Amino acid sequence: MRRRFEVVVMLKPGMADPQGRAVEDALPTMGWSGLTNVRVGKHVELTVEADSEDAARALVEQVADRLLSNPVIEDYRILSAEEVR
Amino acid sequence: MSGPRVAVITFPGSLDDRDALRAVRLMGGTPVLVWHRDRDLGGADAVILPGGFSYGDHLRAGAIARFAPVMAAVAEHAERGGPVLGICNGFQILCEAGLLPGALTRNVGLAFVCRRIHVRCETSATVFTSTIAAGEVLPVPVKHGEGRFVADPETLARIEGEGRVVFRYCSPAGHLGGEWNPNGSTNHIAGIANDRGNVVGMMPHPEHAVDPDVGPTGGQPMFESLLQAVPAGV
Repeated sequence: MRRRFEVVVMLKPGMADPQGRAVEDALPTMGWSGLTNVRVGKHVELTVEADSEDAARALVEQVADRLLSNPVIEDYRILSAEEVR
Repeated sequence: MSGPRVAVITFPGSLDDRDALRAVRLMGGTPVLVWHRDRDLGGADAVILPGGFSYGDHLRAGAIARFAPVMAAVAEHAERGGPVLGICNGFQILCEAGLLPGALTRNVGLAFVCRRIHVRCETSATVFTSTIAAGEVLPVPVKHGEGRFVADPETLARIEGEGRVVFRYCSPAGHLGGEWNPNGSTNHIAGIANDRGNVVGMMPHPEHAVDPDVGPTGGQPMFESLLQAVPAGV
């Protein structure tokens, strides 16, 4: 069975995010207001071949832990796992 | 050439491997080229992970390089107490590989910095600073976009408490302050060591600072320390 996973990787809360800050600082210069706490992260999609959803998710968690995120500075969450043909 | 053999690893995207090899040769060592797919260090006594953008810095700086085949040999060498120096991208790789604590993140202000700066040596208790007095100021260049050292509070307290901060960014006179810190690094940290002092990572580039014909020579003492230490069987 093939499943398509989405993994979102974000800097940990409280970790300075210069990219988010740069985006936030650009907003008022473009005339937008009322927008705060901009954070920039990564969105990773990947297809997993595994016997069960649990096995697939366990594999994605392992990959997210060891490669997609750096646990020193980042958290990740797995958003979805849709079956694909 | 008969000096100690110092390996320099070339990853795809490494930029400073040639300068590191040249610095080793100028300082009296025997440079050894090692490719990232190699499984050994070519019989080298010490190893340098050079600066650059290994694997395009994709995902995170150093995140892919830490899984390169040669990194198992680097970890074994470090475990045996062999000298390992990570410069810039090499520092990022050592952190990603878990051979040094903490991480290097995007510079405050987002700007890529490329200029001559000064660092203050904080400890002589590493294989790369044994001939440098604590408090000595070295002029060296930096060039990076992701050099802001961070670590969780416990790790930071341990590194500071154990005297494992090797270099801090400083004024030419050795004073600390935000204006001398090019990337917003925590506690002005420019370089750290592992607990045994045989693995050092730093963002500034000592290998670009050994030849008086092309700039400051603040990198020379680090190579002198290394080349003195290696024959002693460190």
